[in-house]
Amino acid sequence: MSSKLNAKIPAGELEQKWTKYRSEVALVNPANKRSLEIIVVGSGLAGASAAATLAELGYKVKVFCFQDSPRRAHSIAAQGGINAAKNYQNDGDSVWRLFYDTIKGGDYRAREANVHRLAEVSTSIIDQCVAQGVPFAREYGGLLSNRSFGGTQVQRTFYAAGQTGQQLLLGAYSALERQVGLGNAQMYSRHEMMDVVMIDGKAKGIIARNMVTGELERHSGHAVLLCTGGYGNVFFLSTNAMGSNVTAAWKAHKRGAYFGNPCFTQIHPTCIPVSGDHQSKLTLMSESLRNDGRIWVPKKQGDTRKPNEIPEEERDYFLERRYPAFGNLVPRDVASRAAKERCDAGYGVGASKMAVYLDYASAIERYGKQQASKLGESNPTHERIIQLGKDVVKEKYGNLFDMYEKITDENPYEMPMRIYPAVHYTMGGLWVDYELMTTIPGLYALGEANFSDHGANRLGASALMQGLADGYFVIPYTIGSYLSSQIRDKAADINSPEFMAAEKETAELINKLMNIKGTKSVDHFHKRLGKIMWDKCGMARSKEGLQWAIDEIRKLQKEFWSDVRIPGTASGLNPELEKACRVADFLELGELMCLDALNREESCGGHFREEHQTEEGEAMRHDDTYMYVAAWEYKSTNNYELHKEELKYERIKPSQRNYK
Amino acid sequence: MEHKGMNLTLKVWRQQNANDKGKFVTYNVKDVSPDMSFLEMFDVLNEQLINTGDEPIAFDHDCREGICGMCSMYINGRAHGPMKGTTTCQLHMRSFKDGDTITVEPWRAKAFPVIKDLVVDRTSFDKIIASGGFVSVNTGNAQDANALPIPKDDADASFEAAACIGCGACVASCKNSSAMLFVSAKVSQFALLPQGQAERTDRVLNMVKTMDEAGFGNCTNTGSCEVECPKEISLANIARMNREYLMATLKK
Ligand SMILES: Cc1cc2nc3c(=O)[nH]c(=O)nc-3n(C[C@H](O)[C@H](O)[C@H](O)COP(=O)(O)OP(=O)(O)OC[C@H]3O[C@@H](n4cnc5c(N)ncnc54)[C@H](O)[C@@H]3O)c2cc1C
Ligand code: SF4
Ligand code: FES
Repeated sequence: MSSKLNAKIPAGELEQKWTKYRSEVALVNPANKRSLEIIVVGSGLAGASAAATLAELGYKVKVFCFQDSPRRAHSIAAQGGINAAKNYQNDGDSVWRLFYDTIKGGDYRAREANVHRLAEVSTSIIDQCVAQGVPFAREYGGLLSNRSFGGTQVQRTFYAAGQTGQQLLLGAYSALERQVGLGNAQMYSRHEMMDVVMIDGKAKGIIARNMVTGELERHSGHAVLLCTGGYGNVFFLSTNAMGSNVTAAWKAHKRGAYFGNPCFTQIHPTCIPVSGDHQSKLTLMSESLRNDGRIWVPKKQGDTRKPNEIPEEERDYFLERRYPAFGNLVPRDVASRAAKERCDAGYGVGASKMAVYLDYASAIERYGKQQASKLGESNPTHERIIQLGKDVVKEKYGNLFDMYEKITDENPYEMPMRIYPAVHYTMGGLWVDYELMTTIPGLYALGEANFSDHGANRLGASALMQGLADGYFVIPYTIGSYLSSQIRDKAADINSPEFMAAEKETAELINKLMNIKGTKSVDHFHKRLGKIMWDKCGMARSKEGLQWAIDEIRKLQKEFWSDVRIPGTASGLNPELEKACRVADFLELGELMCLDALNREESCGGHFREEHQTEEGEAMRHDDTYMYVAAWEYKSTNNYELHKEELKYERIKPSQRNYK
Repeated sequence: MEHKGMNLTLKVWRQQNANDKGKFVTYNVKDVSPDMSFLEMFDVLNEQLINTGDEPIAFDHDCREGICGMCSMYINGRAHGPMKGTTTCQLHMRSFKDGDTITVEPWRAKAFPVIKDLVVDRTSFDKIIASGGFVSVNTGNAQDANALPIPKDDADASFEAAACIGCGACVASCKNSSAMLFVSAKVSQFALLPQGQAERTDRVLNMVKTMDEAGFGNCTNTGSCEVECPKEISLANIARMNREYLMATLKK
C-alpha cells in the first residue's frame, strides 16, 4: 500500500469523529482569510455551495464554469429529490439508518467515516435551503412533504415537484450571486479549466481558456477545488448534460491526483430508449415511476403484437418473478441487469427490441377504483374507473408522462411506456481523504467529481445531498486544516516559470489538435468510444471483453490524434475544439475504466463481472480480496499504477445483498 | 415506427463575432427523422458542414431536457419555435413537414449581444440576480426547516414562479426587449415566502434598477413574453412586481 494514501480518518468513535474533528481543526483568522484566494472550478450544487460559503467566510473566491451562467450547471436537471435524516414523518428514520442504507446500497465499498458524516450533516442542508427560500413541496398543514425512494424503508426524500435539482441549484446560485454582488466572489462563465498548475508539489492555480475569445488565462489561488461533476459522457449516450466532461479531473489526475474506482458507473433502469442513430442524449424517467408501474416483456420471443393485444397470461413480469420480496422496487443495478438479460435473450420490445414495458394500466385501474369509492360512486362503469384513475396518475406523474409523450409521440396513459437502462452517474472519481483533499496538496474534489460516499452503487436522492454536504458543511471546515499552514505564502505569481510552462503546454495541445486537419468529426470518435464502453464496460463486463476494449481504445486514441478534423480557429468561440479537448481526455479515461474493471475480479453494485455471479445470475462480491478502493496513479501514457485503500468496517458487518 | 425522412431548407443567421454584421445563409438538410429533436437536426447539419469543410453553426445548449435554459433559438419568428411551453431542445421535428423552409435566428436584444451565430451573451441576467435575487442568509444560520410552516398554496405559487429557467425567451419575444417577466418571477418567488420579507423593499428596487441599467426596455403589457415562455410563467407575476415596486417606492 502506498504511503501517500492516508485517508486521514479521525480517531475515536464513529458518531464522535466529525464533532471532534470540527472542534480541533486549525482555524484561519478573519484577517488572514482576506488574503487567501480559493479557486472553485464548477458551479453545480457542490461548487456553488462551496463558493458561496467560503466567500461568506471571507476568503477571496474565483469561480469557473463552462456554461454561460453558473445557474446552468448539470445539477439543474436532477428530478426526484434529496435525502435527509430529518425523521419528520416519525417513521423511524435516523442518522444511523441513513448511514446504514447508504453503506449497504453502495454494496460495502464506501468509507464508513465519510458516509456517517454525510448522514449527520444531511439535516442542516434542508434547514439551509428552506432559509434561502427554496420552495420545497409542502403538505396542507404547511410542513414539508416527503416521498420514498429505492433502497430504503422510510420517507426521507424532500422534493420540489420533479425539479428538485433546479430549485436547490437556484438556491445555491442565488447565494453565490449575492457574494458576487458583494465583491467577495468573482465569476468566470464560459471559461474551461484546461490544467492545474503545480508549484513545489502543491496546487497553486489553473490554466483556463476563455471560450469566447479563445485566450488562455493564468489564475492563481492558495487552494483549488474541483467541483466539476461526473464523467458518464465517456459512454457518449447518457442522461448527463451534453457538456458534462472529465477534463478538469483528468488533467489533475495527470498531474498526480489518484483516480478512485473509475469503473464504478451507475446505469439507471428507467430511461427512454434509443430511437435512432441521430440520438444525442438519453432522458431519464424518474425512479419514482417504479412505485406504481409494472415492468414486463412478452413471454414469447420476438413477439410483434402491440402491447395491448398481449393477454395477461402471456406477459412476463420478470422483476416480480425473480424478486418477489422487492418486485419492481429492487435497486437500480439489479433492475437494469434484469432488463438487459431479457432483451439479450430476445424478449425485448419496440422497433429496436432493446426495451421493456413500464405499464401503468393496473395502477390506473387500482387508483380509479379507490377514487370512485372515495367519491361514494357505488357502481362505476369501467370507463369511469379508468378516467378517475388517469386523473390520479396525472396528478402524481403528469410532468413525466408529458415529457415521455413529447419525446416519443406516444401516449403513456393509453399504452405502456418503453424503457431501457442508460448511463446516469459515476460513483468513481478523484480519490480524496476525509478532508476532501486529493493526493495533490491544496487540490480538493467535491460532489460527483470525487469518489467518496457511494461505494459501488448510489442510492436515489443521495447525490444532491452529497454535493451540498461537501460544499456547505464539509469543505468550509476541512479547508482550514491546509490553509492555516499557507497564510505566510503570498498568492503564487502567475508569471512564474511554472505558470508559463503550464500555459505553454495547453497552447501546444490546442495547436496540435487544430493542426491534425483530419477527415472525421469529434463526434465520430466519441460515438465509437461510447459504443466500445457500453458493449464491454457497461452493464456486464468480462475479462475477454475488457481486454478487447483496451486494445480497441488504444487504437482509437491513435486514430483520433491523426485523423480528427476541427474546423475554424482556436481564437474565438469554437464548440468543436471544446469537444475535441474533452474527447481526448475521455479516450484516456475509457482505457483506465476498463483496466479498473479488469482488475476487480468480483461483482459489486454497478460493477458486474460475468465470471463472478451466483447460479441464479446475481452479483458475487469477494470481500476477502477486493474490500478496497482502487486508487490509480498516472505514470505515463497508457501506464497506470494501482494503489489500494483498504476499507475497514468497524460498525457495519458486510453481508450479501438479497432482494428475493 | 418507420417514418419517411423529411427534406428541409434552413435559413440560419451566421455571424462570426460581435463585430461582424452577420447574414442569413441557406442550407439543405435531407432525410430528417420526425423523432429527432430540433437540436439533433442541427447536429446532423453541423456534421454535414464539418464533412464538407465548412464551419459548423455555433448554438447554445446543454441539458437538452428543457431545464437548464441554455438553448435559445428564434425559429420562424418565435422564441423556441412553434410549440407552446416547449424549449428548443424539447421541440421535435414532427412539428414540421417535408419541404418546409425554417428560419433560425439568435435572441435579438440590446442587452443580449451576439457572440457568434446563434450564441448570445446573457450575463445581464446574472447581474440582475446579484443585485437582489436572494435571501441574505449565510450558511449555518438556519433554524429548523419545519419551525416555520408555510401555507401550501403560497409554497406552490412561489414554486411556480421559481420554475423560470432564465432562458431569455421573454426578452427575445418582446418588441421592447423587456426583462419584466424574468425579474418579476424572481421577485414573486420571494415575495410569496416569509423568508423573503425582510429584504422585500430593497430587493425589488435594486433588481429593477439593475435591469434598467442593463439596457432592457420597458414593459408595455403586450403579453408576448407569457405566450412564448417555455415554462409558462404567468403575467400575474408582472402585476405583483408592479405592486411590490410601488409599495417600495412609497416606503423609501
Ligand atoms: C437527469 C438526472 C437526474 C438526476 N436526479 C437526481 C436526483 O433526483 N437526486 C439526486 O440526488 N441526484 C440526482 N442526479 C445526480 C445529480 O444531479 C448529480 O450527481 C449532481 O448534481 C452533481 O453535482 P456537482 O455539483 O457535483 O456537478 P455538476 O452539477 O455536474 O456541475 C459541474 C460544474 O463543473 C463545471 N465544469 C466541469 N468541467 C469544467 C472545466 N473543465 N472547466 C470549468 N468548469 C467545468 C460545469 O460548468 C458545472 O458548473 C441526477 C442526475 C441526472 C443526470
Ligand atoms: S420567464 Fe420564461 S421566457 Fe423568461 S427567462 Fe424565465 S423561463 Fe425564460
Ligand atoms: S438545452 Fe437545456 S433547456 Fe434546452
